[in-house]
Amino acid sequence: MVLASFGSSSDLFYHLWQTVLPDYITNTLVLGVLVVFLSLIFGTLSAAFIVHTNVLGKNFLRWLLLLPLAMPAYLVAYLYTDLFDYAGPVQRTLRGWFNWQSPSDYWFFDIRTLPGASIVISLVLFPYVYMLTRTALEQQDQNLLRAGRLLGLSAKQSFLKVALPLARPALAISASLVLMETLADFATVNYFAVNTLTTAIYDTWLGYGDLATANALASILMLIILFVVVGEQRARAGQNHQSNRPNLHIEIITLSFFQQLLISGFCWILVLAGFLLPFALLVIMAIEYSSMAQLANLVSPSLNSIEVSFYAATIATLFALLCSLYRRLSFDKWRILPSSLSGIGYAVPGTVLAMALLASFGPLDHFINDIASYLQLKEPGLVLSGTIFAVVFAFVVRFSAIANGTISSGIKQIPNSVDLAPASLGVGLGQMLKKVHLPILRPSIFVAWLLVFVESMKELSAVLLLRPFNFDTLSIQIYQLISDEMLEQGALSAILIVLLGLLPIIWLNRSKELS
Amino acid sequence: MQDTTSIRKNLFLIFASFLLISSSLQASDEVNVYSYRQEFLVKPLFDIFTKRTGIKVNVIFAKKGMAERLAREGKYSPADILLTTDISRLIELHDRDLLQAYSSKTLLDVIPSQYRATDNTWYALTTRVRNIYSAKRLGAININYEDLADTKYKGRICTRSGKHSYNIALVASMIAAHGEIETLTWLENFKVNLARKPQGNDRGQVQAIHQNLCDIALGNSYYFGKMLIDEKQKLWADSVYINFPNQNNRGAHVNISGMGMAKYAPNNDNAKALMEFLVSKDAQKLYAETNMEYPVRADVMPSDLVASWGKFKADSLSLESIAKYRKEALKLIDKAKFDL
Repeated sequence: MVLASFGSSSDLFYHLWQTVLPDYITNTLVLGVLVVFLSLIFGTLSAAFIVHTNVLGKNFLRWLLLLPLAMPAYLVAYLYTDLFDYAGPVQRTLRGWFNWQSPSDYWFFDIRTLPGASIVISLVLFPYVYMLTRTALEQQDQNLLRAGRLLGLSAKQSFLKVALPLARPALAISASLVLMETLADFATVNYFAVNTLTTAIYDTWLGYGDLATANALASILMLIILFVVVGEQRARAGQNHQSNRPNLHIEIITLSFFQQLLISGFCWILVLAGFLLPFALLVIMAIEYSSMAQLANLVSPSLNSIEVSFYAATIATLFALLCSLYRRLSFDKWRILPSSLSGIGYAVPGTVLAMALLASFGPLDHFINDIASYLQLKEPGLVLSGTIFAVVFAFVVRFSAIANGTISSGIKQIPNSVDLAPASLGVGLGQMLKKVHLPILRPSIFVAWLLVFVESMKELSAVLLLRPFNFDTLSIQIYQLISDEMLEQGALSAILIVLLGLLPIIWLNRSKELS
Repeated sequence: MQDTTSIRKNLFLIFASFLLISSSLQASDEVNVYSYRQEFLVKPLFDIFTKRTGIKVNVIFAKKGMAERLAREGKYSPADILLTTDISRLIELHDRDLLQAYSSKTLLDVIPSQYRATDNTWYALTTRVRNIYSAKRLGAININYEDLADTKYKGRICTRSGKHSYNIALVASMIAAHGEIETLTWLENFKVNLARKPQGNDRGQVQAIHQNLCDIALGNSYYFGKMLIDEKQKLWADSVYINFPNQNNRGAHVNISGMGMAKYAPNNDNAKALMEFLVSKDAQKLYAETNMEYPVRADVMPSDLVASWGKFKADSLSLESIAKYRKEALKLIDKAKFDL
């Protein structure tokens, strides 16, 4: 992609720079900062409350807070813009009550703005922060916090000064996931009429038909992300927080009634806005519009979605595990490279990634067919770019960052001294991995698999471009109906995507409780 | 260890499955369609085609990047027929040399020359008008696209993104009529008249008129019909008139949905059969009716509902000579910061 951008026509780039690009870049930066900021607030606060306090309904909230993960951002964006729009039911009802006639009669926040988009996107992305932070907080050595308290820190101070800095790897990884997801998304910001760099990429590619300039813009986007991610890693380099025998007994803070009200209210609003409300809207639509025929139409797209997501999750997790172990156990100077490189894929908009894959698989396919026809064999057709291979490959590239982030933050929990065990005990490396690392990593591996699975179920832009003939997934079905302004008809597919996304979350939660 | 065996099994399954898929694509009695148009809009038609000819139709629906995919696939592309919903896509396919010429007496006879390529690489199937909807509270009006820049509509106009292909084509037709400089001024004044930042889709604008957020909106003709048959949206449609602009001068801007044969169509004969079928009278009728559009054939009537909006004069300029201003149009929209 970067190579292709060298042929970019500077004319168009100059035109964009003179007209809209500065606005797009500003919007991109503001959106990124706002979403990360809000997700961090939502995610860390809720994680802290769940782990460290006796907030009401804690056992429910623990996993309810994960539910927004199952909501595709484009779906929530569509539902919320529809709901809070001037013409939407909320403002209509208000106008009805107060007998307002026109927009000049009252003030209502405009959902189709940068802040509107940021809030809605944060509502579905904050669970990344919540999940990783919660796990990190739960696995922290509580003796460190107690030491802080003994030295005179208040509960709040010890959280801010000890627990939070200790959880920094989890915060950083989840924040970068959130950032990448935000910047790579086109469909969502599109509903909010917010123009970002991604808009410019699509405009130049599809509007101006200038792939080279589109690639140049995509490279800028990826540079921004790379800059942030590497910068964060640098700042964290050399820090190492581990305890050999962590004390995992967490002291629970008892809340007063008022605090209880405030804190559980906060958590419930997140669950409500990020999941329950949009889900209820879908259910209402489904009840109003659905028929048995639609139900039958769901079967094959669901199976297709599950099939590609299953492969993608399995391969991405395996790959992430290998990268993380390599990074941990090798003494090679370049050991960080595979896992860092794999992280970039997440920042690439699905469509751009699909283009890049077509560009690389296309010639390969041609090569295979050319050989076949040279050998006078039957030409196999486009075996790489024209089959689900391409779809699975795209998912793996795009979501490896999630698997990697999860597993590498899990691996950091294993004290380094464990790695020395084989030498001192005379056990082989394989035995050590099997007996020590893998069992400890099992929850992380599981979370990684799950996240990639759910993300793949939701993925739209890459699968739209790469899928073979007569191959529909649930996300494609929804997209088709949304683009024809008939989400009502697709409410069932949407509910199914959400439910399938929920299954692993519930399963994950259960297996955690059991262990 | 059990994990690794199952993973190995899965990998094997993946490879086996795409061998299967790729061999299934080789079967002969079928035709492969890359469609910008929604599958459910074309499926009933294809079913009839299959019933009549025994030729199976495979479809991929995608809007973004179809040309890219086709170009990358090159001579091994399985695509036979390309269906688009907008003139600009046809021109893009043509300009990238992804189409092949095909003509027959029927095609040339029934499709007016302004709605097909001079080199016979693409043909329109249906036409749709870029209408101006106006609030009934304004009374009946006679309006031109030029009036969208008139100060009397300040703060009373709604539209979707200027960069939507339907609006780009409209701006291109303005350039064809008035030149770039005048069109830029028009766009800038048009922007000043907007009640809100361009957003949503065409139906959303009519809804906004219904809600008294604006009085005037741009929208394709077929959305009016689709709203009228929707229980909830009928209310919105009932609050507006559908106007055919520029009736006293060059005529209303018309866009098309169309078809072309892929350059390397492997099932050439089947592709021709499908093209002929799509302009046949009954296919035209059905194709236009499923989306409430105007059939490109003059001897096929639109549905009663569509016909009830009245006859209109269409801009007679050929679409080729309008579409050539596409990029300039997009640049002007950027320059006017229409969407920002």
